[in-house]
Amino acid sequence: MEKFEKLTGIAAPMPLVNIDTDMIIPKQFLKTIKRSGLGVHAFEALRYLDDGSENPDFVLNKPQYREAQVLVAGDNFGCGSSREHAPWALADFGVKVVISTSFADIFYNNCFKNGMLPIVMPQEAVDALMKDAEKGSNARMTVDLENQVVTTSDGEAFAFEIDPFRKHCLLEGLDDVGLTMEKVGAIDSYEGAVAQSRPWV
Amino acid sequence: MSGKTLYDKIWDAHVVQQDEDGTCLLYIDRHLVHEVTSPQAFEGLRMAGRKVRAPQRTIAVPDHNVSTTPGRNEGVEKNEESRIQLAALDKNAKDFELVYYPVDDIRQGIVHIIGPEQGWTLPGMTVVCGDSHTATHGAFGALAHGIGTSEVEHVLATQTLIQSKSKNMKVEITGKLAPGVTGKDVTLAVIAHTGTGGGTGHVIEYCGEAIRSLSMEGRMTVCNMAIEGGARAGLIAPDETTFEYVKGRPHSPKGAQFEAALAWWKTLYSDDDAHWDKVVTIRGEDIAPLVTWGTSPEDVLPITGTVPAPEDFTGGKVEAVKRSLQYMGLEAGTPLTEIEIDTVFIGSCTNGRIEDLRAAAEVLKGRKIKDGIRAMVVPGSGLVRAQAEEEGIAQIFIDAGFEWRMAGCSMCLAMNPDQLAPGERCAATSNRNFEGRQGKGGRTHLVSPAMAAAAAVTGHLTDVRELMQEPVSA
Repeated sequence: MEKFEKLTGIAAPMPLVNIDTDMIIPKQFLKTIKRSGLGVHAFEALRYLDDGSENPDFVLNKPQYREAQVLVAGDNFGCGSSREHAPWALADFGVKVVISTSFADIFYNNCFKNGMLPIVMPQEAVDALMKDAEKGSNARMTVDLENQVVTTSDGEAFAFEIDPFRKHCLLEGLDDVGLTMEKVGAIDSYEGAVAQSRPWV
Repeated sequence: MSGKTLYDKIWDAHVVQQDEDGTCLLYIDRHLVHEVTSPQAFEGLRMAGRKVRAPQRTIAVPDHNVSTTPGRNEGVEKNEESRIQLAALDKNAKDFELVYYPVDDIRQGIVHIIGPEQGWTLPGMTVVCGDSHTATHGAFGALAHGIGTSEVEHVLATQTLIQSKSKNMKVEITGKLAPGVTGKDVTLAVIAHTGTGGGTGHVIEYCGEAIRSLSMEGRMTVCNMAIEGGARAGLIAPDETTFEYVKGRPHSPKGAQFEAALAWWKTLYSDDDAHWDKVVTIRGEDIAPLVTWGTSPEDVLPITGTVPAPEDFTGGKVEAVKRSLQYMGLEAGTPLTEIEIDTVFIGSCTNGRIEDLRAAAEVLKGRKIKDGIRAMVVPGSGLVRAQAEEEGIAQIFIDAGFEWRMAGCSMCLAMNPDQLAPGERCAATSNRNFEGRQGKGGRTHLVSPAMAAAAAVTGHLTDVRELMQEPVSA
């Protein structure tokens, strides 16, 4: 997995609450058997008009936000289905960080498996970052995972919390499956014990 | 030291290893697999030269993307991408020797319906699937939740997940439910109370007299939508209703093993002195048949209500409501019962079980759907379909004017050809009313099966209690 250490880039404001995974990547693109190539369909219904042309009002279609790497979003981002196609689509579009007051649990987990960093912050901090994002492409935000700080274009810094194990895996680009395969002895012992205590399982 | 919750007990029984920071390696008893969220996981296994660690605990079935048109086994599937995805599951299930119910097997159906039906889901288990509605299995007192595709690969390879523990949330529904009020209304009432983010970071245990009075089917409906309340999982402590349902299923334990299992299952409840991080109490008597008006499951009101205005809300929700009213084509102040519909969908992992079909048929018996309404019923599994045919329910649907379909997820997420056209309005028994969920531009109102049947008869959203009092002129 790709490492995530520090990023300085454009942040796009998406203040809408409850942005769900159907919005991030609609079901017609879930028929793929690959992980790649979904970026062009990220936010499909918001991003394109009925005739297939770009909706000029959608934030990521505006010239100053087309290269956005950070999304500052409303509450409960990523709610809905478990589809990992949602973070795949965002990553393929170029988004590496999403900041919100809250995330749906499965989406939050899925981000870490794809080298992306979802950041939970209190309302006041998200409000300040939203304001900074609204300044457009001249205002670049810096996200520093090692020090757990997001810094606005004006130099205002906001600390964030993150689970130490997840941080470690992102910083090192570690693959979970490989890590767990090293614990095969413990899994064998567990299975052996349960075969005795709960043989019906 | 305080006692343990049901969640604590199941968790503790599945910890393989705990790290210093509290991160656990959790053993997974059952892994359900469907065609949409698994191909990339199997590709990952192949690329790394890995095997499925426990194929006998891994149950595969196609559901999301299958055609539900009768005759599908004779090759009515025309969509090439769907065909490739279904063929990939078929190949993966055979290559990795999984338990597999192919599309032409009568036991095929929606993954969350066939798990319990076949006795794969048992109390005290950990159950995962690359699908958010895995919470359904919590109705058995199993810790069950959705996972992403990377985690699907992790479970295939190791039969474990790396997890941090969630908080404990108790949702108590006291008293008795009124006639016409179902598990669907209970679960929507909880979301109305807590919001779609109310359960975030928590595992919910539903309890109280009203929950106890529900059948397993009703309990599955309640737990199914725990995810719409933001919870990681929903749980209901197993009791005699659970044990009765489980006994005699093809893959549930038999004889002495059943007795041994039963002895353990009876210890699966939250201790009186257990610690709860959050508690919500709702009076069962206060719950009316509910219907959603917006594009989030929290946009829900009693059928007797009126469409709200954006000004009735605060914060980011004001803009969201403006947007959803525009998308839904609704004016604030309109009575919900005046909203006309053109489509009715009965089915899904939320409401595609036999009891759901019985409840809808009860309303439809001797009645016809309104002219011009397109109505379909999609049984949750081939066995539900067969049972409904045997009970004469299928004929009631057909006589009323419903299409009688084959099992699958169908119009709940509209990956197959069962979709709404732009602007079409549907009374649906499914779980999500998101923009475009049932088809681009489609408008969804979530309701119970009986309410969906009532809407099919009148052509508008309807308080089913009125039809329950009305004599049918057969």
